Amino acid sequence: MAGLLKKTNSPNNAVYGGLGGWLMLPAWAVIGIFLVLPVLMMLVYSFLTKEFRGGVIWEFSMAAYDQFFFDRGLFGDDPPVIEWTYITIFWRSIWQAALATFFCLIIGFPTAWFIATRAGKNRSVWLFLITIPYWVNLLIRTISMKFLIRDTGPLNEWLIASGLISEPIHMINTNFAVQLGLFYSYLPFMVLPIYASVERYNFALSEAAADLYASRWTTLRRIILPTVRPGIIAGCILVFVPSLGAFLAPDLLGGAKNFMIGSLIEEQFKGNAGNWPFGAAASMILLSMVLIVLTFYARAQGKEGAR
Amino acid sequence: MNTLLKTWASVLALTLAATGAQAEGKLSIYHWFEYIPQELLDKFAAEYDVEVTMDTFDSNEAMLASLKAGKMGTYDVAVPGDYMVEIMAGEGMLDRFEPSELSNFGNIAPQWLDVGFDPGRHSSIPYQWGSTSFSVNRDVYKGDINTSDILFNPPAELQGKINMLDSQGEVLALASMHLGIPQCTSDRDQLKALNALLQSQKPNWASFSSDGAKDVLVSGDAAAGMIWNGFSAKAREEGANIEYAFPKEGFVVWMDNVVLLKDAPNRANALLFMNFLLEPENAAAVTNYAQYTSGVTGVLVFLEESVANAPELSPPDGQKGEFIMACPQEVQAVYDKIWTDLKK
Amino acid sequence: MARKIDLRRFPGFLPMTYLCLFLLYAPLIIVMIYSFNESQSITNWGGFSLRWYGEVFWGVESEKFKAAAIHSFIIAITAATCSTCIATLAATAMLRAGRFRGKGISFALINLPLMVPEIVTAVATLIFFSAIGFTTGILTILLSHIVFCIPFAYLPIAARMQGIEEVYEQAAQDLYATRFQAFKLILLPLMMPGIISGFLLAFIISLDDFIITNFVKGAGIETLPTAIFGSVKQGIKPNIMAISTLLLLVSVVFVTLSWLVGRMGQNRK
Repeated sequence: MAGLLKKTNSPNNAVYGGLGGWLMLPAWAVIGIFLVLPVLMMLVYSFLTKEFRGGVIWEFSMAAYDQFFFDRGLFGDDPPVIEWTYITIFWRSIWQAALATFFCLIIGFPTAWFIATRAGKNRSVWLFLITIPYWVNLLIRTISMKFLIRDTGPLNEWLIASGLISEPIHMINTNFAVQLGLFYSYLPFMVLPIYASVERYNFALSEAAADLYASRWTTLRRIILPTVRPGIIAGCILVFVPSLGAFLAPDLLGGAKNFMIGSLIEEQFKGNAGNWPFGAAASMILLSMVLIVLTFYARAQGKEGAR
Repeated sequence: MNTLLKTWASVLALTLAATGAQAEGKLSIYHWFEYIPQELLDKFAAEYDVEVTMDTFDSNEAMLASLKAGKMGTYDVAVPGDYMVEIMAGEGMLDRFEPSELSNFGNIAPQWLDVGFDPGRHSSIPYQWGSTSFSVNRDVYKGDINTSDILFNPPAELQGKINMLDSQGEVLALASMHLGIPQCTSDRDQLKALNALLQSQKPNWASFSSDGAKDVLVSGDAAAGMIWNGFSAKAREEGANIEYAFPKEGFVVWMDNVVLLKDAPNRANALLFMNFLLEPENAAAVTNYAQYTSGVTGVLVFLEESVANAPELSPPDGQKGEFIMACPQEVQAVYDKIWTDLKK
Repeated sequence: MARKIDLRRFPGFLPMTYLCLFLLYAPLIIVMIYSFNESQSITNWGGFSLRWYGEVFWGVESEKFKAAAIHSFIIAITAATCSTCIATLAATAMLRAGRFRGKGISFALINLPLMVPEIVTAVATLIFFSAIGFTTGILTILLSHIVFCIPFAYLPIAARMQGIEEVYEQAAQDLYATRFQAFKLILLPLMMPGIISGFLLAFIISLDDFIITNFVKGAGIETLPTAIFGSVKQGIKPNIMAISTLLLLVSVVFVTLSWLVGRMGQNRK
């Protein structure tokens, strides 16, 4: 088996061997021209001098990165010490995004599984059921979520009327609300890739496991999860990475008391700070972090394929 | 499938072509959202046979960023606030006109004619002006509210129930007035005091929100909140038992202005539009919609009664607000640091 | 009698699905209910009324919203189609074409749109377009949408393709199918669930985008998010709720139709 896999990975035997470059060309061209070039420009910007109130002056400067990593006091003339402000902001965003990914996975996997085990024609209906809410603008959905969970909102009123609680549960401007918002923004990004994987799952494997007296949950852990792993990983990337830069949910539901990566960067371009090089530098740091993680993932995938 | 594709391709081609065509008689406006009634734009379009398009922004800084990133030459007029007019003029983004080019120039209220941010009004005309302070829910707190202690040293009833505007300039300006220090001070002790004040008060604030400033007061999520006067009037109309304060330490006054942009593709129509807005009836239409105060004389007869008599629009005698200043670069750097520290 | 256990079912998965649907739809139910509210404000109920629906079709802003809806759908469908095609080819290259030059960075490249914060993409793209002398308009919106839709289409498609063994296509080739035939007749049908997932994700992402669109759009060209943005930021206006409800209705009709068409196709067989 190992030998077989190895063989298919060699260029000559792959079904479309030798066509790789051509098949990839449209993606390279579109992303290369309309994203890589602009991003490279931003990379250059991060090493330029900031122009007061937005824009850049074409003079090399490390000021943006210096500002990110070193604290020189309120007036900028103390001896430099490590700057924790931005690291804290980054850490907060990473933690939030990780939590959101976790919750999306916990609820998204069963949902995807449920959909994939419906009869053929009904599956697409279920898929649409998951995506229909997203026809309504994210801003509207987030604001109505806020309306729903506020102290005097329908949810609390209903809970009080039903006698379950006597005092409203305070949810607005809490981390719980932010999590709910992130979960709500990105759920289908978890469900759909997992569905695409699970749909392909061969239930003969489950039967074989059952014949060998494996319990349901053992089968899930040992057989199903490893088999549909590509879908789970794709879903996690699609939820985690956008959550990192999200600011609508944290701002509207969390009260915007603390910067997230997204709002920090936004402030540099659209706020009073008008510090484009710093905004560019913060984006480049975020970008390289994500790139490093993804490269490790891609490499691990590659090794696995070769095994 | 093939026919479907072909139909789609032609639909797409039509859409692309339709928007590429440049018709004569156009006007392109860059405006705050929810700040001009559609009826007024339609009226202008009908009166002068001009096709009007409008894009919106949500903060002075956002407008500046997008113009700087490459949208100059797209719009004819924009509506920046007072200090932003000065900044844009400094950046060379504004075109100039002569008062004689606007037949209604004389309608500008005298006190808004020779303003610091555009002496003699050569690039801008007044649009609306108003103030920024805060409103308090009278069911929650019944004491004296005309002091900035409400925000920066709140009574027990209001602690943890305050919404602040998510706007560096306005928060720092009110905080400076509370401390009695000048705006954009470069005095280090004063700046440190400013920083310390914000740090110490943060636990008393429940949230930062500008767009939601009205909503949080109406829904009761916040018992007090920084807000613009017209926005507060709308909150009151929606049933919130709130009162707008004119703190004795001072409050912020602002004025939005219609400016003529450099490289305006339709300069003549832009001037027609500015002249149109100086017509008292039209200026009043904006005021009735936005509930701020017009900078044009003779609007009073056209105002709805509830707007003309709104308590939010008339500060008590002898109390004057201050414009927000555009700070010099070194001070702005410290302000940015204070703001980031506040929200880290 | 262990065989009698339905291996597809896991206790607790069904409640999870319902919880999921509840969380997704609860806020929308609020939107739907309040779209029939006579009163202007979201907080008080002023009685049942259809006036906001009238406003949508005949109000002063109806022209703007109609144009915006048309733009949005044309852009979303085109961008989703283009990016799905590009992503399908890219996934085939990554998983089925062995080694080729530049494969190493391709994965990162495809996912780049996901990783750059939206505001940065927005500013950078606008600066780039104005640097190369592109006038902003529908085309600039479309191009930038295609770019950021690619990873959303790619990831579900690639995840699906990883689950399909190469043996099917190899068998086809052994039976003298050309590579194109193997792709069209074997791989594509097997890929369909992944492609549909990818298309749907790309579609909703494009339909929802505000930040990038707002920067790269030409003056006066509105998509749904940019048109309703102002009316929503300071609290949702009832006419926006009516528009949202109508959108939901359209999507439901769309889904029902596709389901019926699918069933008819099945019956004929």
